[in-house]
Amino acid sequence: MRRRLRPVLLGLAGVVVFLALWQLAATVGWVNGKYVPPPTEVFASLGRMMLDLHYWRTIGNTLTTWAIGLVIAGVAALALGTVIGLIPFLRRYTRSTVEFLRPIPSVAIIPLAILMFGYDREASLVIVVFATFWQIFIQVLYGVADVDPVARDTQRSFGLSARSRFVHLVLPTALPYIMTGIRLGATVALILTVTGELLIQVDGIGRLLTQRGTAADYAGVYALVVSAGLLALVINTLVRIIERRVLAWHESVRAEVVL
Amino acid sequence: MSAPAVTRRLLPASATRRLPRWLDGLLEAVGLPLVLLVLWALSALVAPNRYFPAPWRIAEAFVKTWVGESFFVDVLPSIGRLLVGLALAIVIGIAVGLLIGSVRWLRQFVEPVFEFFRAVPPPMLVPLLAITLGIGDTAKIAVIVAGAVWPILLNTVEGVRAVDAVQRETATSYQLSTVQRVVYLTLPSAAPQIMAGIRQSLSIAIILMVISEMTNSSSGLGLRITFFQQNFQIPEMWSGIVLLGFIGIALALLFQIAERLVLGWYRGLKETERA
Amino acid sequence: MPDQNPSPTAMLRVEGLQKSYGDFVALQNISFTAKQGELVCIVGPSGAGKTTLLKCIAGLLAPSGGIVELDGEAITGPPKKMAVVFQEYGRSLMPWMTVRRNVELPLLRTTPKAERRHLVDTVLESVGLSAAGDKYPWQLSGGMQQRVAIARAVAYSPEVLIMDEPFASVDAQTRADLEDLVRYIWKKFGVTVLFVTHDIDESVYLGQRVIVLSMTPTIVQEDLTIDLPEDRDQLNTRALPRFTELRTHVYEQIQRAKRDSERRPDAESPAA
Repeated sequence: MRRRLRPVLLGLAGVVVFLALWQLAATVGWVNGKYVPPPTEVFASLGRMMLDLHYWRTIGNTLTTWAIGLVIAGVAALALGTVIGLIPFLRRYTRSTVEFLRPIPSVAIIPLAILMFGYDREASLVIVVFATFWQIFIQVLYGVADVDPVARDTQRSFGLSARSRFVHLVLPTALPYIMTGIRLGATVALILTVTGELLIQVDGIGRLLTQRGTAADYAGVYALVVSAGLLALVINTLVRIIERRVLAWHESVRAEVVL
Repeated sequence: MSAPAVTRRLLPASATRRLPRWLDGLLEAVGLPLVLLVLWALSALVAPNRYFPAPWRIAEAFVKTWVGESFFVDVLPSIGRLLVGLALAIVIGIAVGLLIGSVRWLRQFVEPVFEFFRAVPPPMLVPLLAITLGIGDTAKIAVIVAGAVWPILLNTVEGVRAVDAVQRETATSYQLSTVQRVVYLTLPSAAPQIMAGIRQSLSIAIILMVISEMTNSSSGLGLRITFFQQNFQIPEMWSGIVLLGFIGIALALLFQIAERLVLGWYRGLKETERA
Repeated sequence: MPDQNPSPTAMLRVEGLQKSYGDFVALQNISFTAKQGELVCIVGPSGAGKTTLLKCIAGLLAPSGGIVELDGEAITGPPKKMAVVFQEYGRSLMPWMTVRRNVELPLLRTTPKAERRHLVDTVLESVGLSAAGDKYPWQLSGGMQQRVAIARAVAYSPEVLIMDEPFASVDAQTRADLEDLVRYIWKKFGVTVLFVTHDIDESVYLGQRVIVLSMTPTIVQEDLTIDLPEDRDQLNTRALPRFTELRTHVYEQIQRAKRDSERRPDAESPAA
């Protein structure tokens, strides 16, 4: 029991020491207290915000963009990834195009998105979907291609239909990859959602941050950065829980595939 | 998808088709991009759309906009900041990660705080650091470092933790010095995780470079592209998108080369294990 | 080898060695010595704490009591004069280094480049791996990988070579080859070898002496001199009546060790 407790206590101590140092730095004046307000002020500001419905609506807006983007990207990536991954001809002929398009930074297409959709959520979704799609798509592609050839031949020799091969062979093999893709995609989608809020002025936590900054409410700025971090932590934890549930049958927590 | 899939696994690719191997490979590589380009050109001719100018107009704008003085004023400084920021993030991430990964109590002590820093969506740091550090080169580089360092750092910690126990004992019983241990055991053993961290950091770094240039800047790629968009200079804007795309692709290629150099052994090992 | 013990001094002396983890006593009381240039096999039933004993001797694990002395000096950490060949050959070699670099690794600090090169060549040749120097360990078979680990240990020029069940996971034919390799290396380099195994035939075939361990809590059950002729080979030595007698004797000792442990009420189930 004590062994289990030790890392938790040490970690807590780490958080406390970090906050104490920050407080000290801001009050003693190692850093400019105006631009780097102490944690007491930041958390007071965060507390005040949390009492305001506006804060929660803003976070809700961020989550909405994030969720819509993730779902669109996920569905598209699953559909295209499965088809392309299962058909060797397509896999070979799309490869160079994928390798060419994938590293294009999604922020590059922000101006185009703004031109097409205006300063609106749709524009933001373009970059969220573009960035998230590749994360999931690549994993699906690898997952579908990872089917053990011996198992594939065995199933075919038993005369199973294409459909049942897909359900009983391809899907179980690809599922861990798909979940990894979704987990990575969830993080990327949040990053691009915030980017959209900063650059396309879509309502959400990023835009609120810009507004607080312009209003010289620096404690508020820090409070929102903390909020965004906490939000990301919550999302990560949820996705991991879902991943573990979905893969409960799977032999182990698979090591990350280095792609 | 059925029969050919199996035979192709057993036979070299060229054996199943009639085309010579090099031509086949070439077709695979440029076939689809060419088709897409032609479709784009045709659609520009048949049904011109003001948001999607023809490829040659973009190429023309590209040369006009980026070749020449602008390359040195806008492009090079952006790429320079990107590379300096990335290099710093890599060095700091690996160095600190090595230290933290090797000392257990230290890792347990800092891990929650660092996990939080990693979780913060990096774009949020742009306005934050603009407040504290202003809008100069230092701030722009600092943003890149602050956003890109976490995946590298935390992946290094993971990699250091995962060093094999027998290999560690081997190093101990042969009395390797601390430096030798790091160079010949810890770093190469953690390299796969470190490289995976760097890969994540690459895209974060580019995003941060563009955001900090689009929001508060007097020069740079991001600013120019935003300017073109706001003034409806569509081909010029596209040429900027293409340029950013090239930078992303170049960085990815560079990374692939580095990965092949650093992780050649790892790929071989994995392939042997799978066989 | 008529004169294999020119100096009768103990190269390795283990006296009253104890190791316990909390309440669990792994090694109760181990005492033996190995003379300079001797080849001693340690054999015991699985769960006899063989690996624990080895790690204590190699300075990788601190004993709870007793003395381990190498050439008259007490061991507190991994000693310079000792090299270990682990059972898990696949894990003790660095997969990111070629065979040559692996063998060279322990010498980087101590030996100048030219000399190192020569030494590595010599050693690789003596284990039959001259052609494999530029390959990676994972490109080799299990037996070859273990040869690399042996080469690395030998290149380190230790006084004492410790081998922890080195051939437990290779096939029978390879194993026979590797056993002969150990005898060859031992004679060629005049090194003191401590060879741990659970294989009775192997211990009798290889050793000048066989030390039989009991079950945990482990003690030395018997210290047996193997009076087989010095020139051994797989076919003839194993066919000798004396070989059969010796292996039967060791076998009985080990069976007795197992029975004794079952009778002891406080005996723990064998720990990994």
